[in-house]
Amino acid sequence: MSAVITANGLTKRYKSALALDNTSFQIEPGRIVGLIGPNGAGKTTALKAILGLTDFSGELNVLGFDPRKQRDKLMGEVCFIADVAVLPRWIKVSQAIDFVANVHPRFDRKKCEAFLARTKLQPDQRVRQMSKGMIVQLHLALVMAIDARLLILDEPTLGLDILYRKQFYQNLLEDYFDENKTIIVTTHQVEEVEHILTDLMFIRDGRIVLDADMDAVGERFIEVMVGADKADAARALKPIDERQVFGKSIFLFDGANRAVLEQLGETRRPSISDLFVATMKGTYA
Amino acid sequence: MKTFYWLVKREFWEHRGGFFWAPVITGGIFLLLNIMGIITAEVLGARQGISFGASGGLRKVIEGMDAGDMSKVGFALDIAMYSAMGLLIVVLGFVVFFYCLGALYDDRRDRSILFWKSLPISDASTVLSKVVSATVVAPIVAVIVGIIVGMLQLLIVAITLSFHGVNVWQLLVLAHPFKVMFNLIGYIPLYVLWAAPAVGWLLICSAWARSKPFLWAVALPVGAGLLVSWFGIMGLFNLPATWFWKNIVQRALFSVFPGTGSIFSADSDNMVSHVTGNGSDVLDLVNTWHLAASPNLWIGVVIGAALLAGATWFRRWRDDS
Repeated sequence: MSAVITANGLTKRYKSALALDNTSFQIEPGRIVGLIGPNGAGKTTALKAILGLTDFSGELNVLGFDPRKQRDKLMGEVCFIADVAVLPRWIKVSQAIDFVANVHPRFDRKKCEAFLARTKLQPDQRVRQMSKGMIVQLHLALVMAIDARLLILDEPTLGLDILYRKQFYQNLLEDYFDENKTIIVTTHQVEEVEHILTDLMFIRDGRIVLDADMDAVGERFIEVMVGADKADAARALKPIDERQVFGKSIFLFDGANRAVLEQLGETRRPSISDLFVATMKGTYA
Repeated sequence: MKTFYWLVKREFWEHRGGFFWAPVITGGIFLLLNIMGIITAEVLGARQGISFGASGGLRKVIEGMDAGDMSKVGFALDIAMYSAMGLLIVVLGFVVFFYCLGALYDDRRDRSILFWKSLPISDASTVLSKVVSATVVAPIVAVIVGIIVGMLQLLIVAITLSFHGVNVWQLLVLAHPFKVMFNLIGYIPLYVLWAAPAVGWLLICSAWARSKPFLWAVALPVGAGLLVSWFGIMGLFNLPATWFWKNIVQRALFSVFPGTGSIFSADSDNMVSHVTGNGSDVLDLVNTWHLAASPNLWIGVVIGAALLAGATWFRRWRDDS
């Protein structure tokens, strides 16, 4: 199957800064891609470019459309949840459903109502009377009832409590995702998405600095816990990061020989957040 | 088409207050004031011992009227119906003005534009749905409310007079409610055309301004007008500075007020001379539609269309959410 998104030489310059710096990447169908980066790295700009919400230079093909010229057609195949509370405050639950049901050809009303039945939302309730968590529940119910090929989530769980956050990703995995769909998610709460991602992209200063599937990440990056006696030997192998825990040193290696590392100490796959911190070192310096 | 219907419906949901409740409440207040006025008059009349109904004075007057006088009564009743509309028209003007200013701005400010833009709807139909809401939906609601209020107004007058023993029900036949309705509804297409440049201007400001669209929408034409007056720029075209105020500033800001077409229009002097017979014919479609022959109207439509194209472009590319 052909790629869902093909980007070539994406560049976007705001007045003061370069948000996307000649970036190229490809996203295959049936993946859940985590686009992770520090604040101001260009995550949201990249998503906006994909959604046709901003102008840019370079080539971008999303599901066969050019988002700059065919945004309205593209939106028939793509769904989008921005960070919480972008639903209009005056709208009622029933109005939101009516509206989307009548303007979106791929919306399944029954599905949406079934999702909402599991929540406390009432048809007469207005968005302005809802908590942040409820707004996201409504938005998610609307989006999950749309049979789209690409779902883009930009900080979807920002400001939600743990219950809502867990439930959000659980719903997505159980009731929405399948091999025909692709999800791109950006978030700072990396630990929460870690176990659902199939692919990982790190973005920094408008460039993709890491782009790999999770299996490849597990092979390429190795964390070793080393006793003080072997720390110097480990340092000689040029780790990309080192930190101390309980008198032991934890080293993070990129592409080192696994057999060699296993002689130094206990090896394991690094968490995305540790990998992120190591990769982004010096971003704000 | 279905999508467009729902887009307009969406506007009505959001602006129910301005489109529906504003005219209804205005009409209600209008009727209330009338009733209060009548009661005051009755009380004062009773105190002064004037009881013209019972003495049959008014009845005699009516009986003594010839056909010509009767048509004047009908005319007066028509005016009573129009008078309700007068107030509603002013309210409608304000509603449309501020609706247009916020239409492409409010959802950018509260970021709900991200939701609307995540649906398969083109920016052109979004802008067009706002134009239709402002120039068609809002006036239709106002006219319907105006007609109902006008009818109630007639009814109140009739009931009041019948308390005085005057049988006015026969006089009501002299009124022309259907003609009044026809004239009011028939004016709406003319309003769409006449309001085009102002709606276009307000919407482009709404789509373009990063903040305070009202300030930009008013300050730009008024500022330009002041510059033009000060430096006498219009002299270059052998035109007085008032030309600019009349044809640019007024048209950009006040054309959303219904009826201004007949007042501002350059050949309004001619229009008055077209009017024959009694005064209510001013609102007759034959007279109001004379405006359709004025280049002022059609130049405005062309400029309005260009401004709307600009508003659509800004809606598409304005990137500040």
